[in-house]
Amino acid sequence: MVTLTIDGRKVQAEEGATILEVAEDNNIYIPALCSNEAVKPYGACRLCLVEVTRGKRERLVASCLYEVEEGLKVKTNSERIASNRKMLMELLLARCPNNKEIQDLAHKLGVDGTSFELEDNDCILCALCVRACDEVVGVSAISLVNRGVDRAMATPFYEPSDVCIGCGSCAYVCPTGAISFKDVGDTRYIKWPKNGMEFKLKKCKTCGRYWAPEKQLDYIIKKVNLAPDAFDNCPDCRD
Amino acid sequence: MGKEKVLKRLGSPQELEALRASIVKSRDPKQACLVVCGGTGCLALGAQKVITAFRRELKERGLEDKVSLRVTGCPGFCERGPLVVVKPENILYQQVKSEDVAEIVSATVKGKIVDRLLYTDPGTGKKITYESDVPFYKKQKRLLLSDNSNIDPTEIRDYLALGGYAALSKVLFDLSPEAVIKEVKKSGLRGRGGGGFPTGVKWESCRQAPGDKRYIICNCDEGDPGAFMDRSLMEGNPHSVLEGMLIGAYAIGGHEGYIYVRNEYPLAVRNAEIAVKQAEELGLLGKNILGSGFDFDIKISRGGGAFVCGESTALMASLEGKVGEPRAKYVHTVEKGLWEQPTNLNNVETWANVPLIIENGADWYAKIGTAGSKGTKIFSLVGKINNTGLVEVPMGITLREVIYDIGGGIPEGKKFKAVQTGGPSGGCIPEDKLDLPVDFDELDRVGSMMGSGGMIVMDENSCMVDIAKYFISFLEGESCGKCVPCREGLKRMSQILARITEGKGKDGDIDLLERLSATLVDSSLCALGSTAPNPVLTTLRYFRDEYEAHIKDKRCPAGVCKELVTYLIDEKKCPGCGLCVKACPVEAITDMGKKKPVVLDQEKCIKCGACYDVCNLGAVIRK
Amino acid sequence: MKTKTKPAKQKVKTVLDRHQRDRGMLVAILQDIQAEYNYLPKKALTEVSQGLDIPLTQVYSVASFFKAFSLKPRGRHIINVCLGTACHVRGAVRVLDEIERRLGIKAGGTTKDHRYTLETVNCVGACALGPIVIIDGNYSGEMKADGVKALLKGYK
Repeated sequence: MVTLTIDGRKVQAEEGATILEVAEDNNIYIPALCSNEAVKPYGACRLCLVEVTRGKRERLVASCLYEVEEGLKVKTNSERIASNRKMLMELLLARCPNNKEIQDLAHKLGVDGTSFELEDNDCILCALCVRACDEVVGVSAISLVNRGVDRAMATPFYEPSDVCIGCGSCAYVCPTGAISFKDVGDTRYIKWPKNGMEFKLKKCKTCGRYWAPEKQLDYIIKKVNLAPDAFDNCPDCRD
Repeated sequence: MGKEKVLKRLGSPQELEALRASIVKSRDPKQACLVVCGGTGCLALGAQKVITAFRRELKERGLEDKVSLRVTGCPGFCERGPLVVVKPENILYQQVKSEDVAEIVSATVKGKIVDRLLYTDPGTGKKITYESDVPFYKKQKRLLLSDNSNIDPTEIRDYLALGGYAALSKVLFDLSPEAVIKEVKKSGLRGRGGGGFPTGVKWESCRQAPGDKRYIICNCDEGDPGAFMDRSLMEGNPHSVLEGMLIGAYAIGGHEGYIYVRNEYPLAVRNAEIAVKQAEELGLLGKNILGSGFDFDIKISRGGGAFVCGESTALMASLEGKVGEPRAKYVHTVEKGLWEQPTNLNNVETWANVPLIIENGADWYAKIGTAGSKGTKIFSLVGKINNTGLVEVPMGITLREVIYDIGGGIPEGKKFKAVQTGGPSGGCIPEDKLDLPVDFDELDRVGSMMGSGGMIVMDENSCMVDIAKYFISFLEGESCGKCVPCREGLKRMSQILARITEGKGKDGDIDLLERLSATLVDSSLCALGSTAPNPVLTTLRYFRDEYEAHIKDKRCPAGVCKELVTYLIDEKKCPGCGLCVKACPVEAITDMGKKKPVVLDQEKCIKCGACYDVCNLGAVIRK
Repeated sequence: MKTKTKPAKQKVKTVLDRHQRDRGMLVAILQDIQAEYNYLPKKALTEVSQGLDIPLTQVYSVASFFKAFSLKPRGRHIINVCLGTACHVRGAVRVLDEIERRLGIKAGGTTKDHRYTLETVNCVGACALGPIVIIDGNYSGEMKADGVKALLKGYK
């Protein structure tokens, strides 16, 4: 355990925890768009930047990545931090002016407009979807492609993926709703920013409802070594 | 030189010295040798034809045993290429064509000089015979580059003849790794790739980092546009880099090395591969080097065309088969780098300095340069400068001396405006700061930086807003796209600067550029983003009036920004020769008959400047 | 040997073996494959993914990240216009504009007849002769807009 100071307050933390984790544990607010406890931190949105002082050295670091140390002094807000966050939100707002989550966060951080030409995106390239697909699900069906201003979240060649199982984890972790899916009848429609895919849903043997993508269930059967009929009944009809 | 035998593996320092002695003995220092630069620059000027012509001429005249031919790397005087130096006298011939070859060979055999190919001093009008008397070379201190003229990079024996690998031998048998680190620290050597971090300290941290594998990397991803120092070192003297890496590997305790060469340098890749192969043949790379028990292997890896891969963590990601995305360096790469192992990455020029330091001692090295910046630095002096090329100078020389005494000043009598140092991460330095000494810290103080060594000179016809736009646009295209400030911020800065140069600038644009700059500096994930605002900030600092002219008056004072420029025909000067009529790609200029001035249709004009370029009489005005 | 008729699997296998199937050498592997096909075909990338046992997403991300790679077939002649700072200061943009105008394509594009692919490069290190245009490895220095017409002649 280490002791550090956040905004003048002494807190205890496990070694190896990040400043963001410790702040959240202590109900101290730090905005962050690209972090999720289910996946490894990425440090791309830069909203979570805080000031740390270590000895004589003071600098801005990403709290989602920086591990706490004994005696660390952290400031989660200051004029410098606030002005950076405002500009970052202005940039995000100009990128995604019609996105509710971005609008809400901008408003929360005191940003009501943007000085830049408006685009129309929902995806903020936070790569939460990519990380979830890779680290949690383990199929790596999607990734960030191209470079710089052309960066996008897509499947290889923007074509239907051979390895996507239609689980929708990417949609669950997406902070802006840029990825979504809906189940209609016997089909699941997954919508990504640049393309989409359809998945056949499995029909419950007992009640007849369509409840999960067949590919997803087959993947779980294979991975966990279950019997091939393990998912013939939906969760409601299982004993 | 006759065909020499295949290289035999050396098993001890004594065998190395014996080989060296036999090479030196077999060479007659008095024998005439024609040294032709075969670096990329001279090749682009037609040097291959010259080389082929020399080979043919010497063969046809049966002179191959009397006059040797050596194809080397870049000696630096690129403006005057193709370059030929006749040794041992060091007579310099410049702008040599294949048609001149026969005459040069005849003159060399007879001990005569081909006057018309000599360099003429523009100041005195006199012809200069010897390379060392050429003003371009005089004020330089070419510790690293002078060997380029004495080495065929594809021939390890040339490097050995000059004393190559003696420093390695000394290190492996006479010095402990700690002693080597101490020596490098004492020398004051700082990283030449742009960071300027004390090399010895870096080596020490890497050596001390916990872990069982240590990687040694040479960064030859020289991405700063206008910079070709590393290219010339890697093309011209790859063994100096290999030797430096070997010494570093021994000091740090690493056994696997990589040389990461950018994709756009095929000759550097080729010469590095040949050098590694020859060093392996001699047992200077591989297992049990010179019988010391020390192993070290080097792999050559190529970049894929990404400036960001010059950043150490992005380079390492690329070496792992991933996209070149940088990562936060809260834990330094010397502790967790390639494959999460302690990794020591240094720039080409940094590595090349190491054998010199070991050979001559840290005290000798520390006497050169300034208190904070020791040794020499190679700069690529390019742009609006008479003597374009590579210059190697002691730290502490002033910018004025580099630009005027070595560079020969601005062509066509134009006025100096600014010099950009440090590439896209650096800044523009104006005329009143030219007496600044070239030094890591001094350049930082005025808002620029030394960077990797690019020095771009600009004259009165360079538009500083256009330059800022150029650099931001460059970086926008090279941004990896991971973090918001860099990806979105550079995009917006680029849009604002484009508007300003198109005459659509608004009040508040400068303020917005400054706010964006502050955010990029503070919140970017890596140095590409955090230093990207420097060209904008320095041009705003020293040339704000130009921005204001663009924004308020919709005028480009330097006459560069297309939309703000008008081409006009000066009827008093135009003789109606019709050259511009032919040059115009859209037929906007009409020939009105002999001796009558031409007429330029402004509606059709696409402002390409072809007429302005082609007119020698100043009859095309650019406003 | 008719390399065009060799199946992708075999060609890729040769390249992978040459690099000891080292995942870290993915960029070099892709460069060798592009040298074979003049671009990176989908089939080849799929083979690489299987041969190196890495996700196709990783191969595709790397292929789309680096400027050296083209995912679309390129023209018979590759034109490279240097936009390095030295060349820029000497007017490279005007040369690029003229080439784009003449060929009817923008930088990064390929002419409809697949004769030319126009690319820009950031400094080839021959700054003494800027602006530089390289076609199929042939360097032309001190280029001006009015020299473009002559430069493009002779390339079929």
